[in-house]
Amino acid sequence: MMRWGIDGENPDRLYTVTGGRSRAEGADLDLVTLIVSEVSPAPGMQSEHAKILRICRNPTAVVEVASVLGLPVGVVKILLSDLLHEGRVSARHPSARGGAQTSDAELLKKVLVGLKNL
Amino acid sequence: MEGVKIVIVGGFGVGKTTMVRSVSEIRPLNTEETMTQASVGVDQNAGVANKAMTTVAFDFGRISLNEHMVLYLFGAPGQERFRFLWDRLFAGTIGAVVLVDMRRVEDSWHAIDLLESRGTPFIVARNNFIAPRYGLADVREALTLSEEVPLIDCDARDRESSKQVLIALVSHAHALSSARGAMS
Repeated sequence: MMRWGIDGENPDRLYTVTGGRSRAEGADLDLVTLIVSEVSPAPGMQSEHAKILRICRNPTAVVEVASVLGLPVGVVKILLSDLLHEGRVSARHPSARGGAQTSDAELLKKVLVGLKNL
Repeated sequence: MEGVKIVIVGGFGVGKTTMVRSVSEIRPLNTEETMTQASVGVDQNAGVANKAMTTVAFDFGRISLNEHMVLYLFGAPGQERFRFLWDRLFAGTIGAVVLVDMRRVEDSWHAIDLLESRGTPFIVARNNFIAPRYGLADVREALTLSEEVPLIDCDARDRESSKQVLIALVSHAHALSSARGAMS
């Protein structure tokens, strides 16, 4: 039995939106990866792509893009990977665990200060 | 700008959305994650057809910590059937808050197990919609929680209380991280 639990969503539409793909190739996108538009929407662009470019004029997390578009996160990641490949958006990944720039302890300290100042 | 995340995991009706709402600067938003085919193999419902797809909705909120940092708070359902979602939410998280009430302690067991095995820093917060009948020591025993894991009371409806929960988690994560740094 096929069970598409997406309320009120038409699976055919999701299939069309992603060109039949079910996963994002090559793009390692986290829910909180921030996406920023590098170009403005152009005529003839797929409408979802154009919407993403509008939403991401300010840096916007993948999960927020999904929420605003009303599409599942997995589908949105596929759309975003297209735009990334074309250079129309850029991605700012969350501080890599053990990454070079900021140690975990430093990052956590900053978060702690931020929370206390709320 | 960079995004960081904290996950609030707990059983149905325990107050996850309430907590996300009380500390977030936006009304909690809702989105869906779909279970991919790759996850089907590890799902408990091994009998389902290959192409079956499950979706689950989850809430999230946002807190701007400073001009460079945005904290996202995710509310994750605690029952084990949502395990596929946890893996995605817990990846790269600063840590997790396990929100419990005494009515359905068992809803937290699997989440606590998974957090322990992943080595994700977490604390347990008891949400007191009503005055608690048990002491925190009883809660610790019921959850078979090790002494190292902070356990606190909170009121998820209250912004300040929810903020203190997040501070307790990040302090704990920071202490663990500093201890690791000192050892290496």
